[in-house]
Amino acid sequence: MILRLLLHLLLLFMLAPLLAGIIGKTKATFAGRTGVPFFQLYWDLGKLFKKGVVISRTTSWIFRTGPVIGLAVPLLAALFLPFGPVGAVFSFNGDLIFFVYLFALARFFTATAALDTGSSFEGMGAVREVTFSCLVEPTLFFILIVLVRLSGSLTLSGMFGPTLVASWHSAGASLIIILVCLLVVTLVENCRIPFDDPNTHLELTMIHEVMVLDHSGPDLGLILYGAAMKLLIFGAMLVRLILPFSLGNFWLDLMLFIVGLCGLAGLIGVIESIMARLQLLRIPQLLIGTSLLSFFSVILLLR
Amino acid sequence: MTESVYLKNGGMTPVAAIPRLEYGDFGQAIVTQVQKGQARVAAYFAVLSDEPGAVLEIFAILARERHGDLAVFRTLVGERFESLTPNCSQVHLFEREIAEQFGVIPEGHPWLKPVRFHRSWRPDHDAWGRDPAAHPLVGDLDFYRIDGDGVHEVAVGPVHAGVIEPGHFRFQCYGETVMHLEISLGYQHRDLERMLLGGPHPATPSQIETIGGDSTVAHMSAYSKVIEGLTGCPAPARAKAIRALGLELERLANHVGDLGALSGDVGFLPTASYCGRLRGDYLNMTAHLCGSRFGRGLVRPGGVLFDLQSSLSARILAALEDCEANTIGAIRLFFDTPSVLSRLEGIGRLSRSAAEDLGLVGVAAKACGVPRDCRFFFPTGIYQQEFDELITDENGDVFARARVRSREVEVSLGLVRRILGNLPKGETMIPMGPLPPESLAVTLVEGWRGEVVHVGLTDGTGSFRRYKIVDPSFHNWSGLALALRDQQISDFPLCNKSFNLSYAGFDL
Repeated sequence: MILRLLLHLLLLFMLAPLLAGIIGKTKATFAGRTGVPFFQLYWDLGKLFKKGVVISRTTSWIFRTGPVIGLAVPLLAALFLPFGPVGAVFSFNGDLIFFVYLFALARFFTATAALDTGSSFEGMGAVREVTFSCLVEPTLFFILIVLVRLSGSLTLSGMFGPTLVASWHSAGASLIIILVCLLVVTLVENCRIPFDDPNTHLELTMIHEVMVLDHSGPDLGLILYGAAMKLLIFGAMLVRLILPFSLGNFWLDLMLFIVGLCGLAGLIGVIESIMARLQLLRIPQLLIGTSLLSFFSVILLLR
Repeated sequence: MTESVYLKNGGMTPVAAIPRLEYGDFGQAIVTQVQKGQARVAAYFAVLSDEPGAVLEIFAILARERHGDLAVFRTLVGERFESLTPNCSQVHLFEREIAEQFGVIPEGHPWLKPVRFHRSWRPDHDAWGRDPAAHPLVGDLDFYRIDGDGVHEVAVGPVHAGVIEPGHFRFQCYGETVMHLEISLGYQHRDLERMLLGGPHPATPSQIETIGGDSTVAHMSAYSKVIEGLTGCPAPARAKAIRALGLELERLANHVGDLGALSGDVGFLPTASYCGRLRGDYLNMTAHLCGSRFGRGLVRPGGVLFDLQSSLSARILAALEDCEANTIGAIRLFFDTPSVLSRLEGIGRLSRSAAEDLGLVGVAAKACGVPRDCRFFFPTGIYQQEFDELITDENGDVFARARVRSREVEVSLGLVRRILGNLPKGETMIPMGPLPPESLAVTLVEGWRGEVVHVGLTDGTGSFRRYKIVDPSFHNWSGLALALRDQQISDFPLCNKSFNLSYAGFDL
């Protein structure tokens, strides 16, 4: 148990910033540039944690709480999810709902912290973030319902457990559909193109980035670290869905998991390189589309 | 038809030859011609008058595309006069400018607010009764406001997230929808027009070149042609060709850069990166020509300071060979990607009638289907033989503005080749004599952003009594404000980039 906890945390802390580096490097390669080093985010985080903080006088304690919860939530959520061969640390019946609403809690605090600054930009960002996450929630639940139904387990560790291999044989169509939906959810939740542009400097077009404009120093570091971990958590679910089998050796399986995550980061980099951003008005339409698609995968199972 | 003087582009007339109309006839002449679509207001400015009973003498320059000439009118006004704006919206900003400069009141102006927030040129006369001792606070404006449930105001700037010029934008929004945008500039005001009075001074060419740094060649060509027009000594043919080369390279660099920036704003990486680099390549070609990437020091009254050796010509052609394929490729990729097109089409649409009413020029006007190009309608120099490809588009949206740019890039590439391959022989510089007294000369140059208008007016000693500069941005900022109506506020950066107007050129 303790060993698993340590391994989990080690993977989470050490691997998360690398994914951002891989995405950046892939995009740079497509654009014909050298790009920043793979390990840039590690240096950035180190730099931010050494800095001081500037806090607006109009804010209250909520503003300081946002970043802390932004890091605490992915940390806690990760422990309910198996990372490749490393099983979940905690597990109880119905923990999938706890898992989903942990992220909702983080969103609540990030959005409230954004509103706390009183800036019109951050207010707009908060509104957009909350709207889009409302639309993502049904998709996420349909995905989980499919997995519950297939595995017969109400825990995340059971749903992403060894039964997945058999499920691919019995209900491949449903799983392919939820795989696509989960990729969309991952892109939306992690503010990637085509839904949001993490690299833009244009406040009026931002969704997530604009909410954290007023944070600086260690607070910003916590937010960036939390965001990287969130990507790793969603990535872990995707990788587990794509590569459910076991090679029989713990270390080989672990390698497979890590390679899978890096491959996924590369895929996100490719998507960001060959697509433009969606118009903000189109995002809800697309999200409703994925909700319907994921609902269809449930119907496929029930027929 | 009202009595007037009609000039060709670059033409000169003694001031005495311009009939001085009664203000009523003057207004009538402008309003009628503009409303009939025969003319548009290219420049409209005032000078102090010594005539008894008058405060200002107003000059109007109307550009008449169909006739290929410029009509000049003048009139006398007092402290208060009736505004022409209610009947001719093209003069709305010009009248505000005159009110701010001289502290006079155009009565009945529907939107009489400061333009650049500077003190009146006439001490103790201020149209808004502001403190004459203190410099007005830039941006201190009574913004248009909308109240109501769910309506909110968003203020952007003057300091922006990108490395761009300062300007303030005030949005009245209903949710994500923009109901009204008001743009307040003036942060870059350097009082250029007053610095030029009494000139030309030794510093004048440098000042002209920095009206808007991205349109150096356009503004300097216009200034040089004003001086050449006044003295009656046209620049040699070879110099004109080299100027045109500089102008087209400037157009290429900026259009390619703009397409790249548009691509960056929609989050499409490949074209953004390639065009960013290619813009540098085109700037470097200008640097080969004159040592400055922005063409500073290339053009001077009387000709150009740098001759084009045949070896240099070959070098630029070779560099162009390389760039052309890359440019066309990057642009094609941009317009062939469905996710990009869906992001551009239908955004920031401006109707043709609005563009005509506001008197828009350049890329913004062409994208609405309004044919506006000085190279075509008022050609001088090499454009008389070499230019016949007037580009327009129809929808007036971001896509149309991008496509006008991409097609102009192709035309300019061809032009640069033809200029380099067919350079007239001869000298590149002739000496200029002194300026004649009491004369007026007008020049229109099609810069990459649109029409650059310079008007030189000399006093009894042959010095500048007034030097009027109209950058295309002066007309087009209102177009941007109108294009944002009923748009998503998140689309503002994209719309703004598709116009890509100059702050410095507006603020002067």
